[in-house]
Amino acid sequence: MPGQYEESLHKTFDRIKRSRLNAYITLNVEDAIKTAKAVDEGRVTGRLAGVPVAVKDCITTKGLLTTCGSKILSGYVPPFDAEVVARLKREGAVIVGKTNMDEFAMGTSTESSYYGPTRNPWDLSRVPGGSSGGSGAAVAGLECRMALGTDTGGSVRCPASFCGIVGIKPTYGLVSRYGVVAYANSLEQVGPMARNVSDAALLLDVIAGHDPKDSTSVDTADKVSYVNYLIDDVKGLKIGVPKEYFGEGTDKRVENAVWSAIMRLNKLGADYREVSLPHTKYALAAYYIIAMCEASSNLARFDGLRYGLRTGKDENWHTTFSRIRAEGFGEEVKRRIMLGTYALSEGYYGKYYLKALKVRTLIKQDFDKAFKDVDILAAPTMPFPAFRIGEHVDDPLSMYMADVNTVPVNLAGVPSISVPCGFAGNLPIGIQFIGGLFDEPKLIRTAYTFELNTDFQKLPEGF
Amino acid sequence: MSDVIIGLEVHCQLNKLNSKLFCGCSTRQQGLEPNVMTCPVCLGLPGALPVINKKAVEYAIMVGLALNCKIAEHTQFYRKNYYYPDLPRGFQITQYDYPIAFDGVLTVDTDGEERPIRIRRVHMEEDPGRLVHQGSIETSKFVLVDYNRSGMPLLEVVTEPDLRSPKEARRFINKLRNILEYLDVFDGSLEGALRVDANVSLKGGARVEIKNISSYKGVERALLFEISRQQNMRRRGIRVVQETRHYDDERNCTITLRTKEQAEEYRYYPEPDLVPLAVKSWESELKGRLPELPDAKRERFKRQYGISDSHAKVLTAEIRVANYYERVAERCDPRMAATWVADYLKGELNYRDRDIRDAFPPEKMVYILEQLSNGTITDKGAVEVIRALLDEGGDPKDIILARNLAKVETDITRAAVAEVLKENQAAIMDYKAGKAQAFNYLVGMVMKKTGGRADPAEVNLLLRESLECT
Repeated sequence: MPGQYEESLHKTFDRIKRSRLNAYITLNVEDAIKTAKAVDEGRVTGRLAGVPVAVKDCITTKGLLTTCGSKILSGYVPPFDAEVVARLKREGAVIVGKTNMDEFAMGTSTESSYYGPTRNPWDLSRVPGGSSGGSGAAVAGLECRMALGTDTGGSVRCPASFCGIVGIKPTYGLVSRYGVVAYANSLEQVGPMARNVSDAALLLDVIAGHDPKDSTSVDTADKVSYVNYLIDDVKGLKIGVPKEYFGEGTDKRVENAVWSAIMRLNKLGADYREVSLPHTKYALAAYYIIAMCEASSNLARFDGLRYGLRTGKDENWHTTFSRIRAEGFGEEVKRRIMLGTYALSEGYYGKYYLKALKVRTLIKQDFDKAFKDVDILAAPTMPFPAFRIGEHVDDPLSMYMADVNTVPVNLAGVPSISVPCGFAGNLPIGIQFIGGLFDEPKLIRTAYTFELNTDFQKLPEGF
Repeated sequence: MSDVIIGLEVHCQLNKLNSKLFCGCSTRQQGLEPNVMTCPVCLGLPGALPVINKKAVEYAIMVGLALNCKIAEHTQFYRKNYYYPDLPRGFQITQYDYPIAFDGVLTVDTDGEERPIRIRRVHMEEDPGRLVHQGSIETSKFVLVDYNRSGMPLLEVVTEPDLRSPKEARRFINKLRNILEYLDVFDGSLEGALRVDANVSLKGGARVEIKNISSYKGVERALLFEISRQQNMRRRGIRVVQETRHYDDERNCTITLRTKEQAEEYRYYPEPDLVPLAVKSWESELKGRLPELPDAKRERFKRQYGISDSHAKVLTAEIRVANYYERVAERCDPRMAATWVADYLKGELNYRDRDIRDAFPPEKMVYILEQLSNGTITDKGAVEVIRALLDEGGDPKDIILARNLAKVETDITRAAVAEVLKENQAAIMDYKAGKAQAFNYLVGMVMKKTGGRADPAEVNLLLRESLECT
């Protein structure tokens, strides 16, 4: 007679097996059931004891296939756990499986995965957002209770927004990157995704905190407990509304939903004012240059020599490396490696990479200046709701433009939380609250208050 | 060779550290199976991150200070991007724009002239793995990779083009090695501990870089070959082109690797996984931890032990020799100790191409010198004991006994002389008649009677005395 955790987990796996979402690349059935049993028998305890958690496939899991959504990592089973995974396990979490993603987290739609696109539970013809689309769809589609994503330029917040759930991009350095397969390592953070703010805060509590294995992880004196900031009160909160985040191409329905949300917070006691982040218009270009430069170097290790794809006959090493990389990487990954390689080359470095770093500094200064006058910023997470599968595939630039409101946050290293704030037809709309460095408590408090006083936490039809 | 211009890039493994540069793997590699001393970090597995070995940074700062360098305010690691099977991440973590130390100087003694060689920079980097070919690189059908070496901490010392001859380059490298060993950050005797790239040109000519010189002797030989190659070209009116050449140790020649047009493109950029280090603030504490360096020790030895400058120089060049000498000098006449350690012991070791570590312990040297001072053995006997200890080992006391090296006491010699004179009246007559051979015959007879242990000088003296009286 299975205990309650094991029984509920079996139901989850049954649901996943019947599902059309394609949210998972790999399921962790045997090991997950073993953990659930141990929780039922009281052998495993912790703050996440028995909670089914999904992990994005670019986060390393010991003994469990980790592909980053790429053919080139076919068959790669890591010999170690990422720090965030070790922390999940320490708190008794049940790892359901590894979620689908844009190949190497390069995308906004989860269409570039070698393992096929993930579908949006609200409308199966639409994308779930990306790159953590598998995690977003799994959470929204009840295929896990919470999930880890990674956010390099919006990859947690975009699927949170498109799938009608909560997603947090933490302050750079708050969560260990040890074991996160790097795409653009100066920008990315692991972030929690959940159906409500309380779960997201709990998951952040578990994964946040200094890790000596990651030199960019910040050693703060006191460990903050985020669940302590689930407080229903925004009185006196000063909200800034950056006018640049409602630019050309913003869907009217999104604009209206976000403004209504701000008005609602105003009614609950918060003040708001319009502010300006004047360098926002350069953020997208700077982001893509930095991300592609770093990607061109980070992805150099995938040569098939030590792990991953190895096909055909071995010849001299450069021919073999070239062939494996030509076969193993998808179009978008190749495009970014090529562009990044070009931008880092002698004679172009100063023109592109260094200039992008200067813009990055200016963007940081924009935020610093804004936070002198306001506590947090509020803006649309994505300029439009989930688009159709295939809609942007042939036009990479139009896909890049979708990240216009999310990338400045990564360039500045500041935290942001995306929560549902309305619908366009049956498609969810997300609002993001942005704070200064380590302002997660303020963001959680605002998001929690908003969630408690509104009615946008819904399940997709049929779920 | 006054128109020769040489600059060096010396790569030294900080092999005295316990762990690699960015992970906890051990640096002890001798005799290991391939690929056993590895972990996700030094194998560059996806997701693994480097963490700087703090002790390596301290060592690098100490080397910088010992080479009279300035220490950087902030130092930063960079990625050097290139593909090679021994490089598991597809980039090497090294330093570029902000090296840990710069603008130093090291004086080198070339034929009695002390010349300052400017140090451009000292920086840290990681070693890649090692390629292993079956047979030679040309005939091997495949290549194996051993990542044990991957992530080993390296220090690169770059000079300005101030060296003027291959011999001076060798002296520079020896002195650098000695300083690193003084600092106890480096053991130069381990395989692969030191590798050199050299830039060579003749005044007015193009600069040629020679890569992959991996032995101390190779540096001088590679430079001699390359200089004569350039001089021959100049003599024949052929222009030397700027290029990178590979040194082939076995054939003792340099071969074109790539020309200027094929220059490598490394796409250096700051390593985002490592934060800049404010190393200037470490400087004063580390300065206090610097040991006494060769030049200071040399002055102290002259002052404290009253020994000559040339002895002091030989004795302080290597830290192990200096320590050995001091342990002997503590218990013997320091000047006598200097002669015996610097001239005899070092001489015998050099002759055998051996290191002071392969010698016998200083206590044994003390014993030998004691026997020498109290007249038990002769100078010749002492040299024989030293040779026997080096070649066969054992105890000096036993050697003196076994080889009958102890001098016969004067009384016994005197008695032997008296007996010999009594038994050889004919020879005495011959001597008095002016036959020189007769004296030698008598000496020989005394030596025979004493079993060869009598001091020949003493025998001479006593014999002459006695003959005068008869």
